Amino acid sequence: MENIFIVGLLAATLRVATPLIFGTLGELFSERSGVLNLGIEGIMFLGAFVGFTAAKLTGSLWLGLLMAIIAGVIAGLVMALLTVRLGVNQHVSGLGLTLLWTALSLFGFRMIFGEPSVMPSISTFPTISPFEGVPYLGTIFEQRLLTYIAFALIPLVGWIINRTRFGLNIRAVGENPEAADAAGLNVYRIRTQSQMIGGALMAVGGAFLSQAMLGAMSFGIISGRGWVCIALIIFANWKAIGVLWGSLLFGGFFALQLALQATGIKLPYELLMTLPYIVTILALTIAGRNVSVPSALLKPYQRE
Amino acid sequence: MAKKLLYIAVSMLIVLTMVVGCAPKAAGTGGTTGEAGKIKVFGAFATPIEEPWDGAVHGALLKAQENGLIEYTYTENIGYAGDMERVLREACEQEKPDIIVGDSYGNEEAARRVAADYPEIAFAFGSGGGPVDPNFSVFDNWLQEAGYLAGMLAAGMSESGIVGIVAAQPVPEVNRIVNAFQEGALEVNPDIKTKISYINSWFDPAAAKEAALAQIAQGADVLYAERYGVIDAAKEKGVYAIGMMVDQYEQAPEYVLSSVAWDWYPTIEYLVKTVSAGAYTAQDLKDFSMFAKGGAFLAPYHDTESKIPTSLKDLVEAKEEAIRNGSFRVNINDTAPVPIE
Repeated sequence: MENIFIVGLLAATLRVATPLIFGTLGELFSERSGVLNLGIEGIMFLGAFVGFTAAKLTGSLWLGLLMAIIAGVIAGLVMALLTVRLGVNQHVSGLGLTLLWTALSLFGFRMIFGEPSVMPSISTFPTISPFEGVPYLGTIFEQRLLTYIAFALIPLVGWIINRTRFGLNIRAVGENPEAADAAGLNVYRIRTQSQMIGGALMAVGGAFLSQAMLGAMSFGIISGRGWVCIALIIFANWKAIGVLWGSLLFGGFFALQLALQATGIKLPYELLMTLPYIVTILALTIAGRNVSVPSALLKPYQRE
Repeated sequence: MAKKLLYIAVSMLIVLTMVVGCAPKAAGTGGTTGEAGKIKVFGAFATPIEEPWDGAVHGALLKAQENGLIEYTYTENIGYAGDMERVLREACEQEKPDIIVGDSYGNEEAARRVAADYPEIAFAFGSGGGPVDPNFSVFDNWLQEAGYLAGMLAAGMSESGIVGIVAAQPVPEVNRIVNAFQEGALEVNPDIKTKISYINSWFDPAAAKEAALAQIAQGADVLYAERYGVIDAAKEKGVYAIGMMVDQYEQAPEYVLSSVAWDWYPTIEYLVKTVSAGAYTAQDLKDFSMFAKGGAFLAPYHDTESKIPTSLKDLVEAKEEAIRNGSFRVNINDTAPVPIE
C-alpha cells in the first residue's frame, strides 16, 4: 500500500510540475532580461486555447503545439512592444495583457465552438514509458513526451543563460542596460527576443494542460498556475536549476495533498489544500534571504 | 516621431479593445422592443456559461426561447467583484424584463438588494438562502435523488469495493448529493468503501483529474465526477465514471455509466406560467429541480448498458420507481459527508 501511495505521488508530481516548469522557464528568460511578465497567466491560457483549437481543427497535436508556440511568440512581442519599446509600467502591461489574452481566448473559443453542452475534446498526447515493465519506475515514468522535454529544458536553459553569448547578452541587459548599450548591445532587441522565447515557453505550459493533460479546453484551465510560476521564479532565485527544485517542491506538495485526501486521512481538507502554498511561502522566506534579483528588473530602458 | 505614432496606435488599440469588450452582447434574439405578449427573461451569470451549473440553466432558457415560450437575453462572466448589482440594475432599467434569472451564490446581497427595488420583476436566483416576498424566488440543483441512484450503480459496478468521489468543496449543494450517493452505495453493498477528495475550486479540471488519478492509484475503480476533469482520468485509466449536471456520456462513451443530471426546463416553464397568469409569488422552487416534476434524472446508460448486470439495473429501476411514486424519499443531508471506511 505504501508503495502504491509513493509511486502514485511521484508520478503525479512530475505531471503537476510540467506546466510550472515551462511557465517558470519562460518567466526566467523574461526577468533575466529585466522585464517582469505578469502576462504569464494569460499567455498560458492563450497557449492552452490555441494549442487545443489548432489540434482539434487540423487533427494534428504537433501542429497544435506549433501554433501555440507561435501564439506565445506573438504574445511576447506585444509585451515587448509595451514594456520594452514604449517603456510602459510592467505591472500594468502584464496584468492588462493577462486580461486581454484570457478574454480573447474565451471569445475565440465561443466563435469557433459555439456553446456546446458537452465540451469538445481531442485525444491527448500519449504517455510513453521508457521503463515499461520495471516495477515502480515503469509507473512513475509513464509520462508524456512534453514532461520529458520540460525537464530536459532546465539544463539547456541553464546552459543558454550562463554559457552562451546570447545568454550573456540577456544577463547584461537585465543587470545594467546602460552599460550593455555602451558596449554595443541592442537592448531593445535582446529584451524583445527574451520576451518572445519566454512567451513561447509559457504558451507550451498552457498547451500541455489542454493537449496532454485534459484533451479539452475550458475557462479555469490555468487556474492561477501562472501566478504560481511568478512565485517560483523568486524561489528559484532566477536560476534554471532553482526552477527544477521549485516546481518539484510545489508539484510534490500539490500531489501529496491530493494523495492524502484520497487515503481518507482525518485532517481537514482545507489544511491539506494550503500545504503546497505554505511550503512554497516558507521556502521563499528561507531562500529569500540572499536573492539575486536582476538589477534592472522593472526598469524600462530608454535610449537617450 | 515613429515612437509617437506607435504610442498613438497602441493607445487607440487599447481603447478599441475596451470599447469592444464593454459593448453589450447581442445574445439570444436581443432587442428591447420585444414581441407583444411574450415573457422577457434576462439571465445574469457570474461565470462563463461553459460552467456546468450556469450552463444547465442557460441551456434550459435557450430551449424555452426556441419553443417560443420566452424572449431571452443574458450577460455572463459578471464575476464576484461587485458588478452583479450594476448589471442587474441596468437590466431592470433598460431591458425591463418580466423575469430575471441568475446565480447569486457569491452575489447574494446584491441580487436581493436589486430585487427589493423592483418588486414588479420576478427574480429567480440560484441561492443558498431562502425566498423573500414579494418577488425573490430561489432554486438550486436538488440532485440527491439521482445521486442516490448513481451511488447504487457505482457500488454495484465496483469490483475493488472502493468508489471515489471528487467534489468541489463541502458546501450544502454538494454535500446533499454526495451524502445521498453514499447512502445509495451502501444500500447495494454494505461493505463498500468510499474516498472523497475536494479540489477547493468550482472549476479546475486539471486538479480534478489529478485528484481522480490519486484515487484510482489507491484502488478506486468507479468514480463520481462531481467536478469536470474526473471523467478524463477514468478514460485514461480505464475505470468507470458517473457524470454530473448534464448527460456527459459523450466525453467517454465506453466509461461513463450514467450522469446525475439536472433539467432546469420545468422551472422556467413554471415561472412563465405563473408570471403570465399574474400569479407569481416568491418561493423556493426546489421541487421543480427534483424527480417528481422532471427537474432531475439519472441519465441513460448509453454504451455501457450491456456491461451493467441486469440484476443491478433492476435494483436501480425499482428504486427510481419508488422515488417517482412517492413511496421512497431520499434523505436531504446537508452536513459535510464522511467517507465510508
